[in-house]
Amino acid sequence: MSENMNNEVEPTRRDLGLEAVTSKPVVNDGPASFTTQLLGFWVTFRTMFKKVNTVSYPEVKEPTAPRFHGRHQLNRHPDGLEKCIGCELCAWACPADAIYVEGESNTEEHRMSPGERFGKVYQINYLRCIFCGLCIEACPTRALTMTNEYELADDSRSKLIFEKEDLLAPLRQGMLAPPHAMYPGMDDSNYYKGDVLGFHPSQETSSEVKHD
Amino acid sequence: MSTDVVDMITVIVDGFEISVPKGTLVIRAAEKLGIQIPRFCDHPLLDPVGACRQCLVDIEINGRAFPKPQASCTIPVEPGMIVKTQLTSPVAEKAQKGVMELLLINHPLDCPVCDKGGECPLQNQAMSTGRTESRFEGTKRTFEKPINISSQVLLDRERCVLCARCTRFSDQIAGDPFITLNERGALQQVGIYEKQPFESYFSGNVVQICPVGALTGASYRFHARPFDLVSTPSACEHCAAGCSMRTDVRRGKTLRRLAGDDTDVNEEWNCDKGRWAFKYVTAADRITQPMVRDASGELQVASWPEALAAAAAGLQDKRAAVLVGGRVTLEDAYGYSKFARVALGTNDIDFRSRITSDEERDFLASTVVDSAPSYRDIDRADSILLVGFEPEEESPIVFLRINRQVRKRSLKVTTIGTKLSIGAEKLKANFVCVAPGTEAQAVAAQELTDKSIILVGERASESAGTLSAVVALAQKSGAKLAWIPRRAGERGALNAGAIGNLLPGGRPVTDAAARVDVAAAWGVDSLPAAVGRSSSEIFAAVNTGTLDALVIGGIDPVDADKSHEAISAIKKAFVVSLEIRESAVTKLADVVLPVAAITEKSGTFVNWEGRGRNFEAAVVESLNRSDVRILTMISEKLGRSIALPTVSSAAKEFASLGKWDGAVSAFVPVAPANAPTLGATDALLTSWRRLLDAGSLQDGEENLAGTARQTVIVISPSRAQSIGVVTGDAVRVSNSHGAIVLPVLVEAGAIHDDAVWMPRNSRGSHILATLAVANGAVVTVVKD
Ligand code: SF4
Ligand code: SF4
Ligand code: SF4
Ligand code: SF4
Ligand code: FES
Repeated sequence: MSENMNNEVEPTRRDLGLEAVTSKPVVNDGPASFTTQLLGFWVTFRTMFKKVNTVSYPEVKEPTAPRFHGRHQLNRHPDGLEKCIGCELCAWACPADAIYVEGESNTEEHRMSPGERFGKVYQINYLRCIFCGLCIEACPTRALTMTNEYELADDSRSKLIFEKEDLLAPLRQGMLAPPHAMYPGMDDSNYYKGDVLGFHPSQETSSEVKHD
Repeated sequence: MSTDVVDMITVIVDGFEISVPKGTLVIRAAEKLGIQIPRFCDHPLLDPVGACRQCLVDIEINGRAFPKPQASCTIPVEPGMIVKTQLTSPVAEKAQKGVMELLLINHPLDCPVCDKGGECPLQNQAMSTGRTESRFEGTKRTFEKPINISSQVLLDRERCVLCARCTRFSDQIAGDPFITLNERGALQQVGIYEKQPFESYFSGNVVQICPVGALTGASYRFHARPFDLVSTPSACEHCAAGCSMRTDVRRGKTLRRLAGDDTDVNEEWNCDKGRWAFKYVTAADRITQPMVRDASGELQVASWPEALAAAAAGLQDKRAAVLVGGRVTLEDAYGYSKFARVALGTNDIDFRSRITSDEERDFLASTVVDSAPSYRDIDRADSILLVGFEPEEESPIVFLRINRQVRKRSLKVTTIGTKLSIGAEKLKANFVCVAPGTEAQAVAAQELTDKSIILVGERASESAGTLSAVVALAQKSGAKLAWIPRRAGERGALNAGAIGNLLPGGRPVTDAAARVDVAAAWGVDSLPAAVGRSSSEIFAAVNTGTLDALVIGGIDPVDADKSHEAISAIKKAFVVSLEIRESAVTKLADVVLPVAAITEKSGTFVNWEGRGRNFEAAVVESLNRSDVRILTMISEKLGRSIALPTVSSAAKEFASLGKWDGAVSAFVPVAPANAPTLGATDALLTSWRRLLDAGSLQDGEENLAGTARQTVIVISPSRAQSIGVVTGDAVRVSNSHGAIVLPVLVEAGAIHDDAVWMPRNSRGSHILATLAVANGAVVTVVKD
């Protein structure tokens, strides 16, 4: 630094050939002729018959690329128990600090996921999320994945903090809304191995089901 | 540090020379050079075991190399030693990697559901020393998990790396060998002694030192990850031991507290109360807004200006007194002290909200306020005498300190008490069994030397003449004398002059020079000269109409005997209450002003040594303010400002006042009282508070309460025989105020025939509230 400051450096003069360009003054010779104008509109006209690349969103919606990074989803096991174990690894991985998780213990009376632990609070702040997908890579249970949903605009900041209810996958057929017991005779490792394929009737009446 | 000359030994670690004292372990010599050898079982405060083998290094002495890598945590340095760690020796590196691979074979690797994840030495060292891929293809050993070692500590045996830190801690430090290593080989596991629950007051430390997530605390389980937490160094508010702590807060809520590291005080330990009792801060009955009692007698939420105006109006030109409570910080106590003298113009102030005596107040002023005993005195003592003091229950870190010396060099401990405690048994103490009220004679009979130390507890004030006997014994033998109160704020409040016979800095109220000194510093013309009333005198004075108003800090009226008098006084007087939660006082107060709880404020506790333990606010978002700030606002309304708007201004002003260098007041000995005569079913009640009991600072922590000791009545075998009961039977203890029925424990040699013991404030045994007495009073003991 200091060396440069002491030794005055001559700016290099490069010949850009600017001197050689001959310039011509612009002459305004009145409105263009009709043919010239027609020629201009021809471009517009011709385009009307070309295949369009845009769609008239929001009336028409195009599917995204299959691996498009959209809104997150918290998945469920086939019997409806949540996959998220509240481990916070997604929150840890997130470069934008967009995820907030609080874990809690599953109990006999209140079981939300197989195993000992579930995510009690789960929030993603879409004002911060940059849709990088690092959280998905971090998730050890495949609880967190991304959907292709991209319509995430809203009119207030608080609405853009998605809670667990907003992120949870809907209950599909064969699923039972937690809290309820694990599949009889299975433990958490069976769930991870994919041995559980749907709920068992006894789970419906298990003491862990919320009756309301 | 001791001044003994230590031999230094020079060794070479990874090519660097270092001189360390003889006996230093290789692993620690390397640490001094900043070379980190991976380890699990090694802990500087526990005896080496070499259980995990993770710390293997190559060692060569005078050119002769050990044939195999050695555990650096078990080998002390020797002259001419050349150590090569994993950094310079491929052999050591390979050995460490091999050990790590073996450790991980049976490890479940369930980090996502493990509380230790993110701060786990096994995770970190697997990264630094392990392989990226496992070669193990067999089935891992699994155990059912977790199992409750106690209601507070959970064990996941699969995760254990068998380092024996927990078992060594329980055995060597806490003296509760409730956990052991069972079985051998791959099946080796940490277990509990059957039938005996792991009821240790120090169990939280094993959670903190377990190098993996095998031991976890039930209250913190699954609640956070280390990166969520903002950690603030803090001090413990629960007792006068003065532990340094760390408070971990997530979004304004304290999630856990850990023992801080302070070699001079708590080393690296603390007790379970300090670790886990913090939920009271977020209890539902926290007071968040000022309240004023309206014309119809209801407390109504008010604005701060309204409430302050109401407080000032009620105190203006009234004869008022101040009750501080034993849980204040030094700065707050100084605020109360100055408030009483400057704003209220009185010396009627007392921080002791418990059973007290004037003998004790004299003792504090003459003997305690300028004394500076220390934990090191315990380390150096040739014998320890405990008087009216149960270290394990009332100051657990003092207990650990004594226990270490008992273990290390069979330190002689004598305890003069009314009941043999579990703690005293652990200390192998020589138990001098006395009937309540006869402590003084037993103290006088003791032989001590000038290297001994007498630890006297706050309960010594409950038996007249005891403190006089203690002072006489200390003078006769030259032994050191230390007063160890139970509450964290008492010593600070004493130093701050929150008591009727002392001004700040230990200046006697009766000394004109001392008063001039303080008056000049405070910018007032003069200070009241008469010695103030004690807390029981204050209540009595309100009841007889000689006092009109009370300013009350954090006290519970049932902490002293004659609680009915205290309550009627609080009902009668105009009361300004500065509280964190609803209490018996706020229910009756005329103005209630919310103040900050410990995690929300900064300040200083002064522990029994007289050592300042300052701390910063852990929850900075809190809007609550320290007592001293609120007192300043009231004093401004009164037109006699104490001008201490911040904690730091109070600390600064108190420091600039300095200590009194004049004569201290002389101690006037008091004679013991005569023993009352007892009928056949009469007994003398005696009691103390257990560490884990129904104290309000432990509210909301059920897991902690689960490790509390059983609530029992203790009587001697001859009394049991005379009333016809055996251990386990229900026994009724009663007096004219009420009765308590509890199971009885008959213990030979543990209690005087004339006495009956029960915990002072445990579940089912709130004896001050029920019987209105706690020590030395006559009660009736019959079979229920
Ligand atoms: S996609 Fe990226 S930015 Fe968004 S929550 Fe996941 S990790 Fe964070
Ligand atoms: S979504 Fe996955 S990574 Fe995030 S807390 Fe749940 S289980 Fe853990
Ligand atoms: S439980 Fe923890 S501290 Fe105890 S032996 Fe196992 S790993 Fe060590
Ligand atoms: S020993 Fe005392 S100061 Fe230490 S943690 Fe326990 S209560 Fe707090
Ligand atoms: S740390 Fe040395 S053997 Fe465990």
